[in-house]
Amino acid sequence: MPASRIIGGYTIQDGKIVEAGEKVLVPPGARTIDAAGQYVIPGIIDCHSHLAADSINEGSVSVSSMVHIEDVLNPDDIAIYRALAGGVTSALILHGSANTIGGNCTTIKMRWGKDARGLVFAGAKPALKLAAGENPKRRGVPSTPGTEPRYPATRMGIEDVLRQAFTEAKLYRAAWRDYEARAAQGARLLPPRRDLKLEPLVEVLEGQRLVHAHCYRSDEILMFLRAAEELGFKIDVLVHALEGYRVAKEIAAHGASATTFSDWWAYKVEAFDAIPYNAALLMRRGVLVSLNSDSDELIRRLNTEAAKAMKYGNLTEDEALALVTINPAKQLAVDHRVGSIEPGKDADLVIYDKHPLSNFAKVQKVFIDGELYFDRERDLAERAEREARKKALLEKARERQKKAAPARRPS
Amino acid sequence: MRYLPLLLCLAAPLAAADSYLLRGGTVHPVSSPPLENASVLIQDGKIAEIGQRVSAPRNARVIDVRGLHVYPGMIDSASQLGLLEISSVRETVDVSEIGDFNPQLRAAIAVNPASEHIPVTRVNGITSAIVLPAGGIISGQAALMRLDGWTWEEMELRRSAALHLRFPVIQMASSEAGRGSGRASFAEAKKRHDAELLKLADFFEQARRYQRAKAAATPDFKTNLTLEAMLPVLDGKLPVLITAVRERAVREALLFAGKQKIRIILAQVREPGKQLEEIKARNIPVILGPTLALPLEEDDPYDSAFTLPAELHRAGIRFAFGSFSTSFARNLPYQAAAAVAYGLPHEEGLKALTLNAASIWGVEKEVGSIEKGKWADLVVTDGDPLEIRTNVKHLFIRGKSVGVESRHTKLYEKYLSRP
Repeated sequence: MPASRIIGGYTIQDGKIVEAGEKVLVPPGARTIDAAGQYVIPGIIDCHSHLAADSINEGSVSVSSMVHIEDVLNPDDIAIYRALAGGVTSALILHGSANTIGGNCTTIKMRWGKDARGLVFAGAKPALKLAAGENPKRRGVPSTPGTEPRYPATRMGIEDVLRQAFTEAKLYRAAWRDYEARAAQGARLLPPRRDLKLEPLVEVLEGQRLVHAHCYRSDEILMFLRAAEELGFKIDVLVHALEGYRVAKEIAAHGASATTFSDWWAYKVEAFDAIPYNAALLMRRGVLVSLNSDSDELIRRLNTEAAKAMKYGNLTEDEALALVTINPAKQLAVDHRVGSIEPGKDADLVIYDKHPLSNFAKVQKVFIDGELYFDRERDLAERAEREARKKALLEKARERQKKAAPARRPS
Repeated sequence: MRYLPLLLCLAAPLAAADSYLLRGGTVHPVSSPPLENASVLIQDGKIAEIGQRVSAPRNARVIDVRGLHVYPGMIDSASQLGLLEISSVRETVDVSEIGDFNPQLRAAIAVNPASEHIPVTRVNGITSAIVLPAGGIISGQAALMRLDGWTWEEMELRRSAALHLRFPVIQMASSEAGRGSGRASFAEAKKRHDAELLKLADFFEQARRYQRAKAAATPDFKTNLTLEAMLPVLDGKLPVLITAVRERAVREALLFAGKQKIRIILAQVREPGKQLEEIKARNIPVILGPTLALPLEEDDPYDSAFTLPAELHRAGIRFAFGSFSTSFARNLPYQAAAAVAYGLPHEEGLKALTLNAASIWGVEKEVGSIEKGKWADLVVTDGDPLEIRTNVKHLFIRGKSVGVESRHTKLYEKYLSRP
């Protein structure tokens, strides 16, 4: 059990934390960063974000488990840098909730400046997005006239889509198992035809792919738990779970965790009974909880979102900080790598000038894998130069426009 | 008339029963430095006494606030509280009316006093709010409402606090209802903007003609409610709250206001640019849109929204904060807190939420600070209200203890005790 607070230092080598304590051995040649009077916390992890994703919903079908977020990552999305500036070092990038079975999600690190592949959190367990409630049934009653309705149109239909798809996946798995068993005995057979839609579902059944299930109301949550139990898989993370507090007992019994908003409510009917005490109520009943952003704006201040769980439900400082560090790390199954400051873990660290649960705290520096990816001082120092470069570019564009203009005039 | 003395007799003990002494806390009047170990006496809805030696009248309820802090209630200078319950349910949304020019619309009369958002917001120390209609070009009259009352009438602090004008902008991408949709070319967008500006000037011209016709009392004069609603604006009695986000809109709004000789308050300014000096020179107050917002442009500094309030403060501009929201209105103090983190002096952040807001809305003699004779809109906390971790312990609106319960605390209690 790591100490909750250390006044001291850290040593980082080859992207990993070597030592943390009141007195650490400084290896020769190490660069010392003076953080006296400041606060160092593990990099913040967002369990639910859409940043850097060039497309979100493959809304044409209700089961779109053949699509992958990893294929549409945009490393130039400025939201990455802004998230870094808010102390975030890792996030799960997900599909939207337009379909019962969405697609395959990717955990990334905010390695601003690297290419799309460079963003990917190598070794992180893959995840599949499911969705229940208002969003996946919306296309069942299209708001645009002339649009063909897409099944399902009700919560009943959502459960059906889920059960049908996983039943199909089980048959598919059985076909492969049968083929493999007979092939192993030397039978010469044609393998079953590969189904890219069903393969991720088989991985879920095999426990090789995490399940992130978007839900709001307590009936939806319970539906997910019971359907998964019947079909033979586990709901790893209930996403949003705004009414999770109503079925906290059932969630804990299934072994699911939950990632929720601190205080969003009333933006739609299924969010009308959302309460900011949700995280605390779930936690007190033994559910692993994290707070997520689902927003390029909010992702920049998950530290103070965590503070809201102290206001609403009396969590301790450590419990609050865990909501945005070690808890989401566990939910993404990367807690052996990130989420806390311990020797051997990735050196993903944030330095704040004040206590990170204070509204007055500013992120000063952010390290990922021991590399400095955000530095407020550097950002401030470079502003004038960036402004000048922008001006020069605009001037150049204006010149070009001027030169091009006469040619376009009709003679 | 004969019954009046009897009624007064009945009223007197009732008022006395609502007398409170908040004893022994740190009182933050905002209008003056904090007082340690001080007490506040609430009588007849008003602040009757403040000081280190205030004794409790016989029938005053004494509340021990030792170790706690007493602040004036905060004012949300722009919200949709009471006009909107669930944003995705059309039936519960009364924010934007059809048509471009609706100065006659009054937000106050559409405020649902039973809205769940009202207690949810006030339990974080927000005791009054501007309720802002937001459709078309002239959206209607914004009201300043207390966040307590059996009816909207009882909630009113100012039925008409300002006329809301959403200044025309060159908008190439638009999904707003009634303003076209899809992407327009710059030329098309500019044309639409210019046409809207002409319409706006023409509308003011019509209002002035109406004003002259009314003054002349010509026999064929007919009352026109739409234009009638413009008279307080033309007379300088009612300010116009002009929403103008970017520099161009701010510049054009300032020009327009100068030409029309109207009193204005700017709202949601994000990019004042070179207009900062002009805003200062003309002493125009600004209602800042959410500080907790993304930069407008991809290449703007990441903290541009956080640093704007400090920039305005340095320029000597008066400002207050608005949530421009319903469900997030409770987070109003954190808009100021973000500004404080990025350079705004703490006391200025607090003032912008209280006294400065009151003075912008012309109610500084009634609310906004803890001063003798003002309405007792008071918040008792266990710390700095700008910090999320701080809890509100007691809440008074017009001297009435309104409690710190809401839909959320009730659901919390209920499910906390689920077996």
